[in-house]
Amino acid sequence: MSKIKVVPQEIGGGFGGKIPIYLEPVAALLSKKSAHPVKLIMHRADVFESTGPTPGSYIKIKMGANKDGKITAADAYIAFEAGAYPGAPVGAAAMCVFSCYDIANGRIDGYDVVCNKPRSFAYRAPGSTQVAFATEHVVDELASELGIDPLEFRLKNNATTGTRRIDGVVFPKMGCREVLEATRDSEHWKSELKGANRGRGIAMGYWFNVGLKSAVTASVNKDGTVNLVEGSTDIGGTRTSIAMQLAEALGIAAEDVNPQVVDTSSIGYTDVTGGSRVTYATGWAAYEAAQDIARQCCERAAQLWETEAGQVEFKNGLFSHKGDASKSLNFKELIGKIDETGGSIVGRASVHPESGVGGSFATNIVDVEVDPETGKVEILRFTVVQDAGRAIHPAYVEGQLQGGAVQGIGWALNEEYFYNDQGAMANSSYLDYRIPTSLDLPMIETIIVEVPNPGHPYGVRGVGEVPIAPPPAAIAAAIADAVGVRLRELPMRPDRVLAAMHALQSQQPVAAG
Amino acid sequence: MQKLTHGQGQIEIEGETVRQVIENLEARFPGFKKRICNDEERIKPEIAVAVDGEVVTTGLRAKVRKESEVHFLPALAGG
Repeated sequence: MSKIKVVPQEIGGGFGGKIPIYLEPVAALLSKKSAHPVKLIMHRADVFESTGPTPGSYIKIKMGANKDGKITAADAYIAFEAGAYPGAPVGAAAMCVFSCYDIANGRIDGYDVVCNKPRSFAYRAPGSTQVAFATEHVVDELASELGIDPLEFRLKNNATTGTRRIDGVVFPKMGCREVLEATRDSEHWKSELKGANRGRGIAMGYWFNVGLKSAVTASVNKDGTVNLVEGSTDIGGTRTSIAMQLAEALGIAAEDVNPQVVDTSSIGYTDVTGGSRVTYATGWAAYEAAQDIARQCCERAAQLWETEAGQVEFKNGLFSHKGDASKSLNFKELIGKIDETGGSIVGRASVHPESGVGGSFATNIVDVEVDPETGKVEILRFTVVQDAGRAIHPAYVEGQLQGGAVQGIGWALNEEYFYNDQGAMANSSYLDYRIPTSLDLPMIETIIVEVPNPGHPYGVRGVGEVPIAPPPAAIAAAIADAVGVRLRELPMRPDRVLAAMHALQSQQPVAAG
Repeated sequence: MQKLTHGQGQIEIEGETVRQVIENLEARFPGFKKRICNDEERIKPEIAVAVDGEVVTTGLRAKVRKESEVHFLPALAGG
């Protein structure tokens, strides 16, 4: 492994599908045989057909509640299409399916079903969107049967710190309730929605935050700036979010940190960019590297002040002599004076945080209008409410929320693999595989809730994945509110919406005359 | 996994480390260790072990207290 050097490229986004290795070994082997550089490119159709969709699923949910609106029991049957090889994220789905709720009694059965289709791979919060679609439907129906507002029903049943999930794990400090309260208090939720065939829906989702391994090194320059070297491929602005954590710890401006993502031979082992982990874990490594730098700075200050290192403290961005209040320097001032105290200062850190803390909840509020003649669903307004723990770079957090929401809207309304009778994909181009464009969408509004994660120095939670979990469920609820039909199959294409509306109309008595 | 424990989802077992917990489970439910560990005596990569809600990063050496809860979960990475 050490003989392989991987040079990361700017790739825009990962989404899970870029985690596995596809052509790289073939290129390496051909290069070795030919003694020349080899470049292999997957065409769009190759990407569609061979890099793995999220699994198709069949899910049955049964839930019970008492008259007061408290959920008493829940049962889930979850079957995921793994494709030609086992490995669908049914385990993760089982851990998410009831995670938004405090339910005393439950059973979850998950099945990884092998079938004659392309192998499925990870796809942003793998498994969570499918189960949120199923669970949130039933939660809405329970609330409706009991005559309770769907948001109030969720507030009666939300998971919270100390809630034991059905799969046994007890939640540490979590922001589920805070997210629901922010949803309830939002201008969007309080606003009035007028017009025929218009409806509003809400839904919740949950996803984890993994830790895994990260390493950074940080070299201090003579002018007090810092070159930060890290190994997490940047797919969402994480370079800046990581640099900001190092800057914060040293009391310097973020602009004074120059972050660089380098090749695998230039940095300690760093795990995959995925699992909502980079700002969390690599950011933690940057924080620890800053502590290493601060420790060395204390030693250098002690030399300057001709005292012991123990006599120097670093607090609020200042290095101070404990016994002489007149001696105090900020980071840049100190670095400017260390020439005669030894060589340059290099901080380093390697972390492997224990995961289990840091998961995140999100809700969506969606307004739609359904065209009664075509069944087409138009998104009128869409708000994402999500717990970010501590939003290191709020604009980048907002970008993750908006991107996840748009991906979820595409899943809800358009995106679908069609297979021919030979089992081959029949729509492997963007002409035939419809993703939402800016023309299809309103501005996605965001509300960032901050319930700091006690498992991170700055309270960071992973934010990248959970925003894809609630959109299909929220849109389904909005469609039900608009035209009275509950779509139980994705995507909620115009023909399916129209068929459901016609089926509903055929059940209703025709007015006399 | 519950097939190995005759349908039991919760079991009280002794052990001061994850290794001891798994060895004691193996003694009561033969085949348990092979389900959790690979041939190199390490936890399989597809399995995560959580002690008191935290997924451990020290593998079989992870400490377990007298009242600890140990969960065997699918290992997660994400997308």
